[in-house]
Amino acid sequence: MRKACLNSVYELAKKDGRVIFIGSDLGQGTLDAFKKDLPDRFFMEGISEANIIGMAAGFALNGKVVFVNTIASFLTRRCFEQITIDLCLQNLNVRLIGNGGGLVYAPLGPTHLAIEDIAIMRAIPNMTVVAPCDAEEMKRLIPATLDHKGPIYIRLAKGWDPVVSSGDLPFEIGKGVTYRCGHDALIITTGVMLNSALSAADELEKQGVSVGVLHLHTVKPIDKESILEHSQKVSTIITIEEHSIIGGLGGAVAEIIAEADFDSIKKFRRIAIPDVFPDEYGSQASLLQTYSITTEKLISEIIKNK
Amino acid sequence: MNGLDSVSRRLRKDIINTVACSKRGHVPSAFSIVEILRVLYDDVLKYDPLRPLWPERDRFILSKGHGCLALYVILANKGFFPKNELEKFCSSAGRLGGHPEYGKVPGIEASTGALGHGLSIGVGMALNARYEKSDYRTIVLLGDGECNEGSVWEAAMSASKHRLNSLLAIVDYNKQQSYGSVSEVQELEPFADKWTSFGFDVKEVDGHDLTSLRAVLTKRPFHQEKPCVLICHTIKGKGISFLEKNLEWHHKSSITSDELAALYSEIGR
Repeated sequence: MRKACLNSVYELAKKDGRVIFIGSDLGQGTLDAFKKDLPDRFFMEGISEANIIGMAAGFALNGKVVFVNTIASFLTRRCFEQITIDLCLQNLNVRLIGNGGGLVYAPLGPTHLAIEDIAIMRAIPNMTVVAPCDAEEMKRLIPATLDHKGPIYIRLAKGWDPVVSSGDLPFEIGKGVTYRCGHDALIITTGVMLNSALSAADELEKQGVSVGVLHLHTVKPIDKESILEHSQKVSTIITIEEHSIIGGLGGAVAEIIAEADFDSIKKFRRIAIPDVFPDEYGSQASLLQTYSITTEKLISEIIKNK
Repeated sequence: MNGLDSVSRRLRKDIINTVACSKRGHVPSAFSIVEILRVLYDDVLKYDPLRPLWPERDRFILSKGHGCLALYVILANKGFFPKNELEKFCSSAGRLGGHPEYGKVPGIEASTGALGHGLSIGVGMALNARYEKSDYRTIVLLGDGECNEGSVWEAAMSASKHRLNSLLAIVDYNKQQSYGSVSEVQELEPFADKWTSFGFDVKEVDGHDLTSLRAVLTKRPFHQEKPCVLICHTIKGKGISFLEKNLEWHHKSSITSDELAALYSEIGR
């Protein structure tokens, strides 16, 4: 996904002279082609996230579309004030590419995990928050960012995640994608958890339970209309995300459905990382197991609550 | 009065008139930069108040956003917006806030107020000029207390790395910050040496001396290949005896009528 993202930025930059790339001491060889072909728009800066956000703002205040790329935890935590004031208050066209959203850097420990990034980014006015589910969806996202007004936080997963999205379905920032329609339960998902959601829906279908899957690649602005439309039809709504249970997708969906005037009573459950700093290493997959952010958990929760 | 000429006194009076309406503001921080801004807007910056976003304009960022009273008064005097806007400073009906906002006020290039942001934005603007092959210059005015922020030095390293000779940082070195003197709160000395070691060409000047300011600021380019810093030795509250170096006045949220009368009596009605 990371490679697809950066290559898409490079392709966009070749077509449009407004596109600028700024990285923060990324791995050797990152975007070598961009650096070689468009050297006056490629900046590899030091480990100085606050400065990089300001630099990006300086370009964007002069009509540029700036892609800033670094590790998600540093990008969202270290320079929160620069993001809030330089980018969001001034509503500038800067795209923050956060590598390793969620539990991707599990072996590196809590300093490198970005498990509250969606919560803090979506709390800022003017910010758009996007978490694509795979490399193919990322390729659809990047060109769509070019003329989008205002800042965007793009959450990147690990890479080599299975491709589960469909290019046949329309892609629009702010619009959810319906992968399954169902009348018993609805799974709402973001990022790479779409894969688990689809597996759970398919398995439950075999058991005679009809489950809808709504993929929200854009967590903010949230697609209220699709959430309400799909939720209306079911008795159980469940969210799944690779993020803290506080303030992420589940929180955003809860805000919508708590204020909805449904015709019937609904059950609502959130599957997410509990409010803790993970205290074990391992891998993204092992931590997802530890916190039961899995297909199996989806299935059992839906069976239990349907 | 303190060697200030009639224009410098009138600009300070405009600032007092503004706070007479709002009853609040960072008055001494504004008084310390009046001459710097006056020289910039009279003799240095390329701009057109009727076209505030003219692409070829020089970019000026007031990174010490709390000094905005001085900038608002200068911009109003230069015709960026009507002078009667000053009367609405900090009011719900106005667009001039206690810190300046981009997009609300013509002539304001960036929203500042949280310290330590302006120089990085200036780095981006100067790099943009290089990419655009435009000859506009970028000038960022920082406070001395602001130079406590680590982000200022991140930006300084970056400016130096990119050899941004179209970028000028000006520091209002009035040697007073909110709690006390700079040397007491967070010593900056050897200040000039710090900037030199970060790769800047450093000049120092009396920040209230118009002739010296003009001589340094009208030189183009500032330096052939380095970013520059102009350390301006100033007096916080310059021009009013009881404001000068008086920490109680750093920020006032309720200026009394007696205090206003005292301000007017020194500046002249």
